Amino acid sequence: MTGLFSEVFLSALLFGAVTAAIPLLLAGLGEQISEKAGVLNIGIEGMMLAGAYLGFVGAFYSGSLWLGFLTGAVGGAAVALVMALLCVRIGLNQIVIGIALTLGLEGLTALLHHFQFSRSYPRLPAAEATVIPLLSDIPVIGPAFFKHHLIVYLAVALVFGMSYLYRRTQLGLNLQAAGDKPAALDVAGIDVVRTRTIAVLTTGALAGLGGAYLANVGAGLFIPFITNGAGFLGIVLAMLARGRPIWVLFGALLFGVCLSLTTAMQVAGINIPTDIIQMLPFLAVMIMLVLFGRRASLPAALGIPYERGAR
Amino acid sequence: MSIDTAPTVSATALDATSGATTRRDIAHRLLMTLGPILVALVIAGCILLAVGVDPLAYYGFVLEKGLFSPLGIQQTLTRMAPLLFLAAGLIVAFRAGMWNLGGDGQFLLGAVTAAASAPMFVQVMPAWLALVCSFLIAMVVAMIWSLVPALLRAYQGVNEIITTLMMTFLGTSLANVLVKLAFRDPNTTVPQTRTLPVEDRLPRLFETTITSGLLLGLAAIVIVHLVMTRTAFGLKLRIVGANPRAAVHSGLGVPGLTVAVFAISAGLAGLAGAVDIIGVQGNVRADWNPAYGLAVIPAVFLARMNGFAAIGFVFLLSVLSIGGESAARRLGVPNHFTLVLVSIVLIVLALAEYFDHRYNQSRRA
Repeated sequence: MTGLFSEVFLSALLFGAVTAAIPLLLAGLGEQISEKAGVLNIGIEGMMLAGAYLGFVGAFYSGSLWLGFLTGAVGGAAVALVMALLCVRIGLNQIVIGIALTLGLEGLTALLHHFQFSRSYPRLPAAEATVIPLLSDIPVIGPAFFKHHLIVYLAVALVFGMSYLYRRTQLGLNLQAAGDKPAALDVAGIDVVRTRTIAVLTTGALAGLGGAYLANVGAGLFIPFITNGAGFLGIVLAMLARGRPIWVLFGALLFGVCLSLTTAMQVAGINIPTDIIQMLPFLAVMIMLVLFGRRASLPAALGIPYERGAR
Repeated sequence: MSIDTAPTVSATALDATSGATTRRDIAHRLLMTLGPILVALVIAGCILLAVGVDPLAYYGFVLEKGLFSPLGIQQTLTRMAPLLFLAAGLIVAFRAGMWNLGGDGQFLLGAVTAAASAPMFVQVMPAWLALVCSFLIAMVVAMIWSLVPALLRAYQGVNEIITTLMMTFLGTSLANVLVKLAFRDPNTTVPQTRTLPVEDRLPRLFETTITSGLLLGLAAIVIVHLVMTRTAFGLKLRIVGANPRAAVHSGLGVPGLTVAVFAISAGLAGLAGAVDIIGVQGNVRADWNPAYGLAVIPAVFLARMNGFAAIGFVFLLSVLSIGGESAARRLGVPNHFTLVLVSIVLIVLALAEYFDHRYNQSRRA
């Protein structure tokens, strides 16, 4: 058992946790902005898959990870554009379109992968880490938290950027109003449809970026259904966070630790079905909800398309 | 939420007795269903062309294997059985305004309990009683599984989308743990439950391979439809769905009704799992998750929570998935294309309904 709790093992475990948490963090932050603006974005799983596929294609053919992240974000945003047109502009049912987009992108990315990569399964080289001087020398914590790809630090910084956006900017207030009282926002002379469209496109870009990270840095390759429910986890995180970005970060780390623990246990040869460990984060959250469950403070107009002059 | 009881698909049967206006209405509804499906097939065909597959050959195959060949149509009808139960459960939940997105977890737990109990029961009691008991146990387990989200929503106001989604992740894992640790068949190398002998499964209909589960599924969805549209209980649930605060003010016991809705919805999902196992599969393999729920949810919406229309959409889903599976094997198009096709059909149908609604409004104005 000494090997289990050695420094190397612990820092590898935490390193894996951060790697697993970043896609969830980006998806959760993305979902949060849509929900704030009153759009329940169930299509986020599809947006992540589009990002993962296009991000991998971009990085694979250009040889540049950053270009891959860019194509991933653009791919996610492209799917989000469809969602924005259908659900925000003409007000179709968000759940129908969201699920349809998820199903469609699952199929489409798997199909494209089949015709393109299923014979060779190409891999990307391991991502280059940005080592933060001094901090990375701390035992255990240093190698776990301060030797990641630059995008990881940017994603964490985004948490604070989002907090600033929601609390201190006009756009943040507009987003909040679009979710809570869209008619009031409209009366104030601000275009609800435009505000919500901005939110949904941002969601798509962030989810796409999360997918691209998952494929390019986390796995190093694209396989069909690679997101494996990460988008739905993002929805759960966003709802649990009650509109606060920092809670998305904590939640993502909690799920990241459990995901990483699953792999670590397998490596250590401990004979517990991985399913049991995968249940842990959900169990923890459910217990928390049972003990402290209060009314979730969801935006009042969540899921309701805005139609000027309706009622 | 529109409470719309006009039958969409089975309507042709009424043709002889109804007047000219209803006939036009029926023709219109048929057009509004088949038209979008055709458009969706054309769009999906362009994707097939892009990846170098002849769309006509593909669709020919889907139609032949999913609809016109004797074996294909039997498989399609068999596939409908669990989907009908799931759709029935969703109709109850959605009409009552509750987002039960945990259908897959409830389905799998129902399936695993049925798979574990049925082979045991058939050894100690008559086969029909064993099947009834397995169905009941599957239903009860799924109901218990929905209790936490139901109570949290009823008494704490915790949003059920989060809780049911989490319970479905938990349920999927728990089903796997049960298959691998508790109910594992010691005689196989692959982790799976003990197989129910074919002669003890649900009987097949007449001389075909169609499972009699289809009749149970049809009965379930018709009963649910009638209860929701024709009884006081259904009206209560619809009031809760349309306006929970008004429901409180009119003296309805909303928390109790909430728990009831979740129990019925989850129980039907559990029965869906049981009917798939006891009727068709015979056992549950580890990591088996057909994820039917995700495709059924939008279908139920497009049917506007109408039971008869839902039967039509479930039939369409089954034709596409059975036909798609066969076409995948023959033409080398991966099965995943079915997902793309279903997704495009859903989006185009939703769009068509929107434009139809707009057109009617502008004509009225």
